[in-house]
Amino acid sequence: MALLQISEPGLSAAPHQHRLAVGIDLGTTNSLVATVRNGIAVVLNDEVGRSLLPSIVRYKADDRVDVGYAAQGAQALDPRNTIVSAKRFMGRGLKDVAHIESMPYDFLDAEGMVRLRTVAGVRSPVEVSAEILKVLRSRAEASLGGELTGAVITVPAYFDDAQRQATKDAARLAGINVLRLLNEPTAAAIAYGLDNASEGVYAVFDLGGGTFDISILKLSRGVFEVLATNGDAALGGDDFDQRVYCWILDDAKITFPSIEDTRRLLLKAREAKEMLTGHDEAPIHAELSTGQAVDLTLKIDTFAEMTRTLISKTLGPTRKALRDAGLTVDDIKGVVMVGGATRMPQVQRAVAEYFKQEPLTNLDPDKVVALGAAMQANVLAGNRAGADDWLLLDVIPLSLGLETMGGLTEKVIPRNSTIPIAKAQEFTTFKDGQTAMSFHVVQGERELVADCRSLAKFELRGIPPMVAGAARIRVTFQVDADGLLSVSAREMTSGVEASITVKPSYGLTDDEIAGMLKESIEHVGDDVQARNLREQQVEAERLVEAVEAALAADGRLLRAGERADIEEEIAALRKRIAGSDHRAIKAGIDSLNAATQDFAARRMDQGVKRALTGQKIVEFKL
Amino acid sequence: MVPDFRQDYFSLFGLPRAYRVDAGKLDRAYHAMQGQVHPDRHAHLAESERRLSMQWATQVNEAYRTLKTPLLRAHYLLRLAGAETDHESNTAMPPAFLMEQMEWREAVAEARAAGDHHELEKLMQRLKRHGDGLRAEIERDLDANKDYPAAADALRRLMFIEKLEHEIEDALEALES
Repeated sequence: MALLQISEPGLSAAPHQHRLAVGIDLGTTNSLVATVRNGIAVVLNDEVGRSLLPSIVRYKADDRVDVGYAAQGAQALDPRNTIVSAKRFMGRGLKDVAHIESMPYDFLDAEGMVRLRTVAGVRSPVEVSAEILKVLRSRAEASLGGELTGAVITVPAYFDDAQRQATKDAARLAGINVLRLLNEPTAAAIAYGLDNASEGVYAVFDLGGGTFDISILKLSRGVFEVLATNGDAALGGDDFDQRVYCWILDDAKITFPSIEDTRRLLLKAREAKEMLTGHDEAPIHAELSTGQAVDLTLKIDTFAEMTRTLISKTLGPTRKALRDAGLTVDDIKGVVMVGGATRMPQVQRAVAEYFKQEPLTNLDPDKVVALGAAMQANVLAGNRAGADDWLLLDVIPLSLGLETMGGLTEKVIPRNSTIPIAKAQEFTTFKDGQTAMSFHVVQGERELVADCRSLAKFELRGIPPMVAGAARIRVTFQVDADGLLSVSAREMTSGVEASITVKPSYGLTDDEIAGMLKESIEHVGDDVQARNLREQQVEAERLVEAVEAALAADGRLLRAGERADIEEEIAALRKRIAGSDHRAIKAGIDSLNAATQDFAARRMDQGVKRALTGQKIVEFKL
Repeated sequence: MVPDFRQDYFSLFGLPRAYRVDAGKLDRAYHAMQGQVHPDRHAHLAESERRLSMQWATQVNEAYRTLKTPLLRAHYLLRLAGAETDHESNTAMPPAFLMEQMEWREAVAEARAAGDHHELEKLMQRLKRHGDGLRAEIERDLDANKDYPAAADALRRLMFIEKLEHEIEDALEALES
């Protein structure tokens, strides 16, 4: 009987069907892919059993690309074409990148995001990241034996909109359907929280290869609620290597090292840093291309001294996050350590001292983010029964605003607002007969626009001529669950409306991405048409499956005629899937989506009512 | 299509329409509601459902923030009662209050200039106590006495106090970095 058919919106009507979903930790130094197998999150290894994929891409003259360990060996031999730590350049301009002077790349400053000139041509950081994602995708598909439904890709919590958008674009280039961009500390909290069945307020201290995040989360009854997040999107293990590298140059009196030697010494610096976790000193031996021999010993005290300022740079954001959460260190029940750089004893000491407790290190700091992402991917793909799912409530890390008179920012959405969120602000014209108005969208905490990140500039035209101050222009900011912003503006007065929607751009336009996609497909000898067709077929099949599951669960919300209409649309789309016209399939997808709008609204209403009654039952029990 | 909120935020969460809110109940109702409408619950569904889910989750977040924050909650209740504060234009305050405000502001500016962390914290504590008093007043005015003009007046003062608190927070932050 329909009344007894209890079905959560997240519950698939065909529970036996397991969708292949993975979590991907796209790291500065290493990347990983994980999945949930028989209810347990596991990292997927490569064919020789290695779980980490070094985030290194080497472009070769013969147009081939090496990724991971294959590229790692070439760092000092072919530094210009071997890209390490590309994550640091994602959504970043040349002036935003630190230590650019010791980087061996041939940078090309482009509007919004930096590019790299390689032997295989000019590459954007998005394309470099896509190469890493492609390897992880094929690793997952080989290991799981099928095409992926989708992936959760993790990003530093402190990534701004441009960096998030760049990550999503990289996934698109790699042919991955992104179920969600998930903040790395939140992913770690899932892996930790569910393992330990914890309740209370926790801090996640995540120091990776190139980024630092601190998140304060409240865990209660299966809800992970981020109270505040802060960080430094350009601080990580790489900076510790950089300090050691400078010390080597100084101590060994090396001036103007070649790019090969720079890479060689940076590698030695990293080895020494890693050795000092567990040893009191580390030898540094290297032979330079000039014939000069480097023979030094780095003592742990010297290392601690030279990196003291880096560690103190983590404490400022930590204090701010606590203050934004309205808490003090005494409220924190546990501190979770994430990221390879938290292995350093002086980092652990500083964290223990600040929080007045020993941090939790019982999960592998390199894997915990990927494992949490895999668990979330499993939920988002609809593989679990809705009732026992956990819920994530995350926040936006940096305020979003608009430029006002005099180059000042006006905040529209403050940092640490729970997402999704929308805010509208009204503006008016300041000249008689003004028909256009321009907007500049920025992200950051500083008062001056020049100190914030510029996300987009756009103009609203077609405002009907009126006296100054009479027009009402409403600008709406919407941040979705991925933390991505879209902005629209609309003139509200007397019947005339004009509206525009902008996607914040950081230099890669949709056309550019389409071009890169085309190039990468042609490159591997694929047929663009065939790929387009396959993509639309997959998308259509996904939609048909989702709508059928909805009909099975909540078909009683429809009148017979309405149901027949939807079923007709499904049948029509099915026919198109079997054909070979990708445009026809796309049209069919749009048409089925439109046909299910009312149904979707009724299902949502039902869910809202269920939440209310559920709440009353809880009250009743108490 | 924007979700239709036929109910006010209080009924949305199944709570009585009052300034005094059971925080635990509000949290539980909020979590239960997001458990139904949040985009993570609809990620594998049709695009129409995903879009609707984002709109609903956005509204539920806004509703929660409004009821959770005393200042916003008071504003909201006054709006529901048809007694809006018109806080943008109505800045006429009693001279004694404005005088007091100026003294506060000077104290904050002095402590900031002197880099006196301790003094700023002390000022913050005093302001918080002051704010607590005003919030209690607002509660009495709204829930017991239904005296909306009095509530609106106390609310305007509370806005000044909270603005000062933010200034102290900014000063403290500036001192730390």
